[in-house]
Amino acid sequence: MSLRGKGFLQTDNLVEIRDVAFGYSARQILKGINLVARRGQVVAIMGSSGCGKTTLLRLIGGQIRPGQGTVRVAGQSVGELNQADLYRLRRKMGMLFQFGALFTDISVFDNVAFQLREHTDLPEEAIRDLVLMKLNAVGLRGAARLMPAELSGGMARRVALARAIALDPMLVMYDEPFAGLDPISLGVTGNLIRRLTDTLGLTSLLVTHDVQESLKIVDYVYFVSEGVIVAEGTAAEIRASTLPYVHQFIHGEADGPVPFHYPAPAYAEDLQLGGRRA
Amino acid sequence: MLRRAIENLGNRTVQGIWRMGFAARFFFAVLLHSGTAFRRFGLTIREMYFTGVLSLIIILVSGLFVGMVLGLQGYETLQTYGSEEALGILVALSLVRELGPVVAALLFASRAGSAITAEIGLMKATEQLSAMEMMAVDPIARVVAPRFWTGVISMPLLAALFSAMGIFGGYLVGVQLIGVDEGSFWAQMQSAVDFEQDILNGVIKSVVFGVAISTIALFEGYDAPPTAEGVSGATTRTVVTSSLAVLALDFVLTAFMFRGLN
Repeated sequence: MSLRGKGFLQTDNLVEIRDVAFGYSARQILKGINLVARRGQVVAIMGSSGCGKTTLLRLIGGQIRPGQGTVRVAGQSVGELNQADLYRLRRKMGMLFQFGALFTDISVFDNVAFQLREHTDLPEEAIRDLVLMKLNAVGLRGAARLMPAELSGGMARRVALARAIALDPMLVMYDEPFAGLDPISLGVTGNLIRRLTDTLGLTSLLVTHDVQESLKIVDYVYFVSEGVIVAEGTAAEIRASTLPYVHQFIHGEADGPVPFHYPAPAYAEDLQLGGRRA
Repeated sequence: MLRRAIENLGNRTVQGIWRMGFAARFFFAVLLHSGTAFRRFGLTIREMYFTGVLSLIIILVSGLFVGMVLGLQGYETLQTYGSEEALGILVALSLVRELGPVVAALLFASRAGSAITAEIGLMKATEQLSAMEMMAVDPIARVVAPRFWTGVISMPLLAALFSAMGIFGGYLVGVQLIGVDEGSFWAQMQSAVDFEQDILNGVIKSVVFGVAISTIALFEGYDAPPTAEGVSGATTRTVVTSSLAVLALDFVLTAFMFRGLN
């Protein structure tokens, strides 16, 4: 299929990953990945643990550079930017880390105000109003004076989300936003991601393995396995997919294309059954 | 067997050289990104409270006891030669030249250096440094450089306070407890202690120790594997490496400063 047919080279693509490969010394993590995220969409990258999902986010954020291929965000090749240009681009990105990564020595308010104070010359009154608006958007205006240690896991994730959208970014990346959340926090977080994407007109890129919650809110899904994209499509297409990997993943089956057992010698051989009986 | 041992030795040597190179690059990166630490001096002042002010108790109390011990031991030795009036000189010179900068640096490495390593290591393990990078804020400029300059500024101040408390401790034991003449104690000290040769050299020593301890503590934290074991190991390495570095640097500096001094 041509690049245009795959959705590349379109101006409404905010993120374009083309033929990207990445590895640490001999260990290849990503092999020829092609992926696009259009403006205003919620796009999920799914796959089992260790398949390279978070590495993809780090490539998009410019924390690592691809060994091969290009990662473009808003038309700029992230891997080729110098530090000043990369930091300029990052001001238009937000990132929600798996456990929030809130600064533990400052309050919730100061966490959300952090970027505003670092990157703008706004007076403190304006910063106060903006911070309270962002916290209100995630339902935690009342928690502004709490310290991160006083928050539950779900609350910390929402504060981190408020912090990620503090500068009204064009792209927000979420690293496992649903991990370890109770059912209520799960639903709240999922709805927040969808609502913020729609109301703020941003693009959301989710790395997750929570299939059911993600399929409720996403526009497009990519499945990654062993460093390659094995399936992609809309939520409806993914639900209807008959591909063995997707079927195993969605239904949580123990065995399938992703084996339950880590590669090992024959069981009987490991237990030395033949040797003992002899 | 022998081949494996040689391979291990080679591997460790390469790793060691790589780490030293990385530490040197880290040190120059900190110097290069130090603008923020001075432009927004509030950041540095805030860290001075945590590393400097909160180290005061241990520095002052240790200084007092070291001075008191110096008073006792010094008197015992000096009275053998009938020169117990020189106790003030002995206490002051021992403190401002050697014990003040060195012991204060060893205490600073244990109290503040380990805390800095643990803090930076945990910030890394909990992805706070990555989060800062993703918010287009350079952690070297925002987190590391202010802590580095805090160590460099705090160290001579703490060493000076250590020496002052030590002299006071020596005075308490020598003059108030044992009965050495107070006038001789202070007058001989005043005439024998030279500002440039003794006090300034002591200050230079403590600034060098501050640079060494801050660099080691920050590098170990920044380079720590993001696990509980990794942070714990980095904290231990900070105390061990800083202490050895302080003692080795002290010998080198003393050799340059006081060689042939009468």
